Amino acid sequence: MDALDRRIINELQQGFPVCERPYQAIAERFASTESELITRIGCMLDDGLLTRFGPLFHAEHMGGALTLCAMHVPRESFEAVAETVNAFPEVAHNYQRDHHMNMWFILATETPAALRSVIDRIEQATGQQVLNLPKLEEFYVGLYFGV
Amino acid sequence: MNSRRAIDTQETEREFDRRLVLATQAGLPLDARPYHWLASELGVTPERVMERINAMLADGRIRRIGAVPNHYRLGYTANGMSVWDVPDEYIAAAGREIGALDYVSHCYHRPRKPPHWPYNLFAMVHGHSRPEVIAMVERIAALLGTRQQAHDILFSSRILKKTGLRLGG
Repeated sequence: MDALDRRIINELQQGFPVCERPYQAIAERFASTESELITRIGCMLDDGLLTRFGPLFHAEHMGGALTLCAMHVPRESFEAVAETVNAFPEVAHNYQRDHHMNMWFILATETPAALRSVIDRIEQATGQQVLNLPKLEEFYVGLYFGV
Repeated sequence: MNSRRAIDTQETEREFDRRLVLATQAGLPLDARPYHWLASELGVTPERVMERINAMLADGRIRRIGAVPNHYRLGYTANGMSVWDVPDEYIAAAGREIGALDYVSHCYHRPRKPPHWPYNLFAMVHGHSRPEVIAMVERIAALLGTRQQAHDILFSSRILKKTGLRLGG
């Protein structure tokens, strides 16, 4: 990652134009070229420095539903339970955390009603109680990681 | 007749928006004219694609267009989910104050689940080390003062899955 990559990462976290030649418009800010910018973004995606590039959708505004779930999983069955939980396509992210509640995952479904049924099925499949912690209010969402 | 036509038009728009989401949820084309590329893929004019993307940006269905870096690869290796027990009467103001801090990436009000879970305010804090995150969380504690009754930090030790959000096809 060189200085231009860092500038691209910082710039592209702040928005991207909707116009005929958007890469050109961004490249001009760096005194770079459209093709250089496109190549660099492609490389950073392939390399895993960027996990995504494109429109970032707001699931609830799209009519879908999201919730955060927490579980306590005994250490000896952790790996097996992780595999069971991850096999559900509705599980978008899953993190192990250092706490009595040691498994935290985001469920995403196309309708709010589907959330409850997925939670029931996860409880049945794992034998563990799931705490459903839907957001009641969003105060801030802004992922900006300066480099 | 007019209202019927209006409904048909609305449904068509919704249908189109769904196709546009499906076409872009894996990412924006890395093509010099990405919206033109999408237009030819979807069989509409580029103006139509740009108009619908702008509409979705305006009504919040698209938060923004841009890049999501892998924060671990950028050196943000310590990720603490700070959780707080804040009396309900203070939660709105406390949430806005914490959400405005530049080291907080997400801030939400969520339900308590007694007796298992006493915390109702969640703030994700990202730093380059655990001590840095702990210091940031102490700054939040100082900001909240007596408005918080208890708090904790849950560090992530492993990503078990990260596929992002996808609509079915």
